[in-house]
Amino acid sequence: MIKVEIVKIQQELDIVMARQKGREMSKLIGFGAVDQARITTAVSELARNIYLYAGTGEITFEPIEENNKIGVKISAIDKGPGIEDIKKALEDGYTTSGGLGAGVPGVKRLMDEFFIDSTVGVGTTVIVKKWHKK
Amino acid sequence: MRIPILKLHDLLLVSIQVVLDDKSALELQEDLLQKIHATNAEGVVLDLTSLDMIDSFIAKVLGDMVSMAELMGAKVVLTGIQPAVAITLIELGISLPHIMTALDLEKGIELLKDNGVVHP
Ligand SMILES: Nc1ncnc2c1ncn2[C@@H]1O[C@H](COP(=O)(O)OP(=O)(O)OP(=O)(O)O)[C@@H](O)[C@H]1O
Ligand SMILES: [Mg+2]
Repeated sequence: MIKVEIVKIQQELDIVMARQKGREMSKLIGFGAVDQARITTAVSELARNIYLYAGTGEITFEPIEENNKIGVKISAIDKGPGIEDIKKALEDGYTTSGGLGAGVPGVKRLMDEFFIDSTVGVGTTVIVKKWHKK
Repeated sequence: MRIPILKLHDLLLVSIQVVLDDKSALELQEDLLQKIHATNAEGVVLDLTSLDMIDSFIAKVLGDMVSMAELMGAKVVLTGIQPAVAITLIELGISLPHIMTALDLEKGIELLKDNGVVHP
């Protein structure tokens, strides 16, 4: 049994922690090298957004299973300022911090399923899944 | 721990062997520019073989580092980007269009020679 893991994001080094957990978990679940890199990169983007925009939050890693496939579900949750225009945040190149604006749209492309919910003044939740055949 | 920058003839060589957190990436950016200034090196090979992922922040730092070095008059070649890293970078939407790259350190040095940066 692979355990559910939670990484709290409070300081910059926690981004590296989350990345390592993502890598570890995707290895355990049996993802190949490219998917491991996709998952690790997505986690890094989500963790950095929490650190940068919300200050603190947490990332949960859960093994998932459905019919003949297994995978990982990653939830990035914060109680930060929220995103004013989610549609814009999903566009390549949109940034409010002088970044590349590649994070959110990139995560969506790197993973198989993508869900985002954000309310100004309440916080942001991003849930993503990656699957592979058993 | 700062990432070591080696001088070889008129070249600077950097091989990233640590887990690259944001702070180390920014420190490397600063250290490299200082070292270019101090040594008058006109070519830099930055080997990324050990990096198992490059996210948008690290990509931006690397891209900026290349542009900044270029402003000073030094050419930078990135080498050794792993297949999985190349795939995820493109999927992220980052293509590093104006950056010189080579398969490995040796080919990186050759590329600088071909461009007349290093004199054989
Ligand atoms: N957790 C969050 N809380 C509040 N705002 C967020 C959050 N995540 C993203 N955003 C907003 O969405 C924008 C787009 O995010 P995205 O990650 O795509 O780009 P970026 O962080 O600006 O740059 P990059 O990730 O390329 O370094 C951000 O600039 C920010 O305004
Ligand atoms: Mg981001």
